[in-house]
Amino acid sequence: MNRRQLLAGTALALSLSTGLGGVALADDPLRVGFVYIGPVGDQGWTFIHDQARQEAEAHFEGRIETSFVESVPYGADAERVMTQMALSGTDMIFATTFGYGPDVNAVAARFPGVAFEHATGYLQEEPNVSLYNARFYEGRAVIGHIAGRMTESNTIGYIASFPIPEVVMGINSAFLHARAANPDVQFRVVWVYSWFDPAQEAAAAEALIEQGADVIMQHTDSTGAIRIAQERDVLAFGQAADMSAAAPDVHLTAIINQWAPYYIERIQARLDGEWEARNTWYGIGEGMVGMAPLHERIPEDVRAEAEQMIADIAAGDYHPFTGPINRQDGTPWLAEGEVAADGDLLGMGFYVEGMTGEIPN
Amino acid sequence: MMGTMDLSSINPVVLAAALMVAATPILLAAIGELVVEKAGVLNLGVEGMMITGAITGFAFAVSTGNPYLGMLAAVAGGAGLALIFALLTQYLMANQVATGLALTLFGLGFSALLGQGYSGVSPPRTPRMDFGWLGDIPVLGPILFRHDPLVYVSLIIVAGVWWFLRYSRAGRILRAVGENHDAAHALGYRVRAVRVAAIAFGGACGGLGGAYLSLIRVPQWTEGMTAGAGWIALALVVFASWRPWRALLGAYLFGGIVTLQLTLQAAGWRIPVEYLAMAPYLVTIVVLVVISSGRARRTLSAPGSLGRPFHAAG
Repeated sequence: MNRRQLLAGTALALSLSTGLGGVALADDPLRVGFVYIGPVGDQGWTFIHDQARQEAEAHFEGRIETSFVESVPYGADAERVMTQMALSGTDMIFATTFGYGPDVNAVAARFPGVAFEHATGYLQEEPNVSLYNARFYEGRAVIGHIAGRMTESNTIGYIASFPIPEVVMGINSAFLHARAANPDVQFRVVWVYSWFDPAQEAAAAEALIEQGADVIMQHTDSTGAIRIAQERDVLAFGQAADMSAAAPDVHLTAIINQWAPYYIERIQARLDGEWEARNTWYGIGEGMVGMAPLHERIPEDVRAEAEQMIADIAAGDYHPFTGPINRQDGTPWLAEGEVAADGDLLGMGFYVEGMTGEIPN
Repeated sequence: MMGTMDLSSINPVVLAAALMVAATPILLAAIGELVVEKAGVLNLGVEGMMITGAITGFAFAVSTGNPYLGMLAAVAGGAGLALIFALLTQYLMANQVATGLALTLFGLGFSALLGQGYSGVSPPRTPRMDFGWLGDIPVLGPILFRHDPLVYVSLIIVAGVWWFLRYSRAGRILRAVGENHDAAHALGYRVRAVRVAAIAFGGACGGLGGAYLSLIRVPQWTEGMTAGAGWIALALVVFASWRPWRALLGAYLFGGIVTLQLTLQAAGWRIPVEYLAMAPYLVTIVVLVVISSGRARRTLSAPGSLGRPFHAAG
């Protein structure tokens, strides 16, 4: 995405290439590598992946050895970093962003003995590529409901990264539940075309607040936006991790990505020699999506509704995309009582009815 | 379906004021790098100096409770890192491009190390300037007279650099060193000393630009928070053809595009965001390609000795 990341990735790849390659001995620890899109200190997406890596390392008590490379842009750099990891004897690689898809499959084809785990992707062209993702839209339904109930200006600001299905799905889920809670709600979406740029995210939050938004949601990785919300006393939600430290007065809750149980399960399978490619999409029920503690500013009744929704989703009694739902242009998508197919969600390229604005190309 | 395209909801006064804030970090870094390049040195470590300034400024502001002491620390931090570059390139004759890139990598890593424990910490507030009745002038007041002090400092630095390069004797010597270091040396000017001073100034400005991000613009510390601003500042110097006022224009143009496109999106306008959001980076890449081509550099009136190593042969 920018020169800094490119250079960081290249330099780290070079430094990795000096590591020892070759065959691991039988009693050597299993070597597990992690590739991150952002810095481990982003307090969001990459931070929480790295927390899970540390949890896994602690869990296996010396039976595994983990390493990571941060701020790796997708494309040639990611491919180089993963190639070097594989060459230097890494047995298992977790590639933790959507954009790594083609790179993961390209490297996996050349290293059939290495197990690849690709987060939030859809490309599975090799038998040694597993996909895993979390049903973040379940968390977004909850924050959408809270936002709809708590907004006074009826304008909710949404800071979006890139127009990919994952992000569109999140906007739709939050919007449907905000609308269900408050029929006058409008969403204002700002695309910042970056996963991590605190200054840009902060500027987007300011622009949204200027346009009357009194609740801010984000699908970006830094605490830049929520920090502005704190300064301006506008309600906001954390993303990927509990961000309440950056915004103690306005952080209503956060969607927390809980990767550690999955990492431990998959590494265990690899240790046992039972690892095989899978396609995992876990939600609140399986514990991959969690919610941060609800802020005391949330009124009792809203809190109870949110908790009920969380419980219903966890129990499988409620799916956030349950019909009737129309597309933005008014054409029917889901009939009464119909639940969205996973494939539809993973390829979602349209807004639901009531959303204003257009998804950029 | 059309969005609510309501032009009246966009307040041009707020927009103009926000533009200046968005532009200030890259303006500070760019004006510093402009002086460095005018002295004939290409320091690609702007990003590293900015992020170092961002954390040293933040840490000092938090520990002393005074944002201005933090800004001074950022100046020292940026200049300190730049002096490492000066030592390597001016005395140990390391390659400038490679050293600059290494400086960026070092700065990013070093700042992450220094910044441990500062995540989620609030810096002391930097008060806005109070110009009395000037701030109450309709339209102009909020645009021009209600900013934080660093916005004005950045403008003073631009004016000062312009005056220095154009009218002062020291500035002319610096330009001579940048245009033809052998001739300057033959005339008895101390090429290395001039360059070291310019590099330190560039680092100080870059550090201050970084502190603007961590203390005022975002106010918080996050690893890697400059997110490419240093590269945009580098491109800006070329865009400005090494002229201070053009750097100001370029920075405000950049700030204007960023602020306007976000505001138009927030107001529900249909604009080609995908292109606007990418524009600064595309321009940066093009400019960095151009800067590395000899012929293009001459036509852009780049300093004659830019990036060339100086050996005091006699």
